[in-house]
Amino acid sequence: MTDFTPIASTIGGVLIGLSAVLLMAWEGRIAGISGIAARLLPPYLDGALLSRLGFVLGLVAAPLAYAAISGTDVVQTVSSNLPLMALAGLLVGFGSVYGNGCTSGHGVCGLSRLSLRSLVATLTFMATAFATVFAVRHVLGA
Amino acid sequence: MSFMVNLALGLLFGIGLVVSGMSDPAKVLNFLDLFGTWDPSLAFVMGGAVITAFAGYRIVFRRPKPLAGASFHVPNSSAIDRRIIVGPAIFGIGWGLGGFCPGPALTAIALGAAGTYAFLPMMFLGMWLARMATARPVAAA
Repeated sequence: MTDFTPIASTIGGVLIGLSAVLLMAWEGRIAGISGIAARLLPPYLDGALLSRLGFVLGLVAAPLAYAAISGTDVVQTVSSNLPLMALAGLLVGFGSVYGNGCTSGHGVCGLSRLSLRSLVATLTFMATAFATVFAVRHVLGA
Repeated sequence: MSFMVNLALGLLFGIGLVVSGMSDPAKVLNFLDLFGTWDPSLAFVMGGAVITAFAGYRIVFRRPKPLAGASFHVPNSSAIDRRIIVGPAIFGIGWGLGGFCPGPALTAIALGAAGTYAFLPMMFLGMWLARMATARPVAAA
């Protein structure tokens, strides 16, 4: 069980949306994390590598900054099934780049631009994610 | 300068993930478990983010160009092709298995869970493979 946190979740969502808006205002780019992360790898096709590195370092530092500001530890419960997590990582990395976006690029930025492609992408990954959790928890009983 | 601005915006985005609970795979997997221990919180994350971005983008796009760039880089394709179904379908399976999408996985680096270190190198491998699979021949670019 995890607690239902509508207020904290809405506030967090607003911060995510604000970051996306400011990135567009600053250098005109979509705040799609899969795109930003994938372009840390070569080939480097534009001059924005340093910007992307900054954004990713900000993500990495975020829980430390949050813990320092709030005085509370950040809780993450990550599966310790390493082969499962490795497979999950491969699918997330391949699928998000092959489909040009993930939860942030399609789900947040795309939907807020009323992009039909992003709506199709979001409905598709939500459907397979719901189906996967259903299969793992209620069919396989893991 | 752009590095520092992006660092600040990545920090803001990441703190949003942490505050919202989206950085915790347990919360993500419970959101995805409609028929079990369902936790609807993440619908509020998406709602807050999309409404904020929808309103903010409308203001930003009134300007002719971004503050530190020549033009807005906004995808303008509307084609519903194979890639826009197959890619997200594969991504969703991985998201449902691990509870991590790329942003939350990156916020997990400093927290030291073994599962994170199994996930991330393979995520980057998958990203690289997808870039190779979708790269257009240089001569045609």
